[in-house]
Amino acid sequence: MDPKPLWLLAELTYKCPLQCPYCSNPLDFAGPRFKRELSTDEWCRVFREAKALGVLQLGLSGGEPTLRSDLEELVREAHGLGLYTSLITSAYRLTKERLAALKAAGLDHVQISIQGADAELSDAVAGTASYRDKIAAYHYTRELGFPLTVNVVLHRRNLHQVEALIRLAETLGAERIELANTQFYGWALHNRDVLMPTRAQLDEAWQVVQRERARLGTKLEIVWVLPDYHEQYPKPCMGGWARAYMTVTPAGEVWPCHAAGRITSLRFENVRDRPLDWIWEHSDAFTRFRGDAWMPEPCRSCPRKAQDFGGCRCQAFLVVGDAGVTDPVCSLSPHRPLIDAAVAEVERAAAAGAAPDEWTYRAAPASRALAAKG
Amino acid sequence: MSPPPPPPVAVTAVPRLHPKARLQRDDVRGRDVLLYPEGLVVLNATGTAILGLCDGVRSIAQVVAALEQRYGAPAGTVKPDVSAFLDGLAAKGLVTYGP
Repeated sequence: MDPKPLWLLAELTYKCPLQCPYCSNPLDFAGPRFKRELSTDEWCRVFREAKALGVLQLGLSGGEPTLRSDLEELVREAHGLGLYTSLITSAYRLTKERLAALKAAGLDHVQISIQGADAELSDAVAGTASYRDKIAAYHYTRELGFPLTVNVVLHRRNLHQVEALIRLAETLGAERIELANTQFYGWALHNRDVLMPTRAQLDEAWQVVQRERARLGTKLEIVWVLPDYHEQYPKPCMGGWARAYMTVTPAGEVWPCHAAGRITSLRFENVRDRPLDWIWEHSDAFTRFRGDAWMPEPCRSCPRKAQDFGGCRCQAFLVVGDAGVTDPVCSLSPHRPLIDAAVAEVERAAAAGAAPDEWTYRAAPASRALAAKG
Repeated sequence: MSPPPPPPVAVTAVPRLHPKARLQRDDVRGRDVLLYPEGLVVLNATGTAILGLCDGVRSIAQVVAALEQRYGAPAGTVKPDVSAFLDGLAAKGLVTYGP
């Protein structure tokens, strides 16, 4: 049976008041490729086509999705279609009135990021004073009866706060906390050497997670997104290429995941030119790595291929330069030494007590400079 | 390192769908699903029937009785399936039991 998508991530805009150095948006987000944002009508058509194609879960993301003044209208359309709609926001300047309007429009779930357990670290990582807005919005969210997910991207500078972050989510009455170890794409790859934690940091945080899961049970779901550079096998990225998931970018390009646009060897289609079902079934970007016929060794004869789908195509492209090879984080990949070298360099620097480099914040001027450099 | 299993739930308890979960028809695949933040549970016809009876008023015993009557099932045969189904959803935080 042909797979049908269950998930749509709608990246409504790449504008964002925060400047997190691990942002998964493209490095050239400020460039011409993403300039002409889809209109309200175009997004509503995308939602209708997605629902007809089988999508049930919709994520409204960005950039910062609340910068779209038509957000309530988009939520109303999605809700009318029966999509389970999640808002993925930084909560910067998010008021209770806005959240109430989104609730009335049919929004199902709110996910608010935080960059650290206290204002000092959270604001330093975000590059924008936003901690107070976030804490206020967490409370509004609960007061309005939304289920709440607290999302934290973990890296070298905040992994020591895992326990405090879990306690914060518990105090706020959140349903879930997503502890997402940095995946190295977009800005995170650009800042990889600064963000990558040591093995000791990861082991300690994992001990905390296990202890807190035992203490909290079903009261608070703790999601731990694996740090794949430190794993033996790759993650089953997106549950397999083009099997369940699609991303529509602010200007209408359709990608099999939110990082795939960097793969220069793929041809991407736009919802302005083609219906979504055609793109899902026939476009080069979606068909190239669907199934397992594309797989080289060691994946082809590997019993794990139905489990991890060969790992991540973006990672293969970004690290090896070829999207069609085994994910280099796999210990069976001939390219694993590239990953080991990056990990070893971090361990070496930490052992030597070297002062860490500064990261590049995700911001439009830096984006344009990087895009110009190619 | 998982918490101890909760004690068995009394048949007088009233099962409720957690507000974060929503029943939804999946037309494309011809089935019902329970949607919740970042996930879904695929329901079979029995699952849909059970959740349809969980109105926040009926107790487990009353849900079981209604199903036995609807399907003409002998008394006592439905209860284990209903409890297993609801307990499974409760473990995911999708169903809560109240007075």
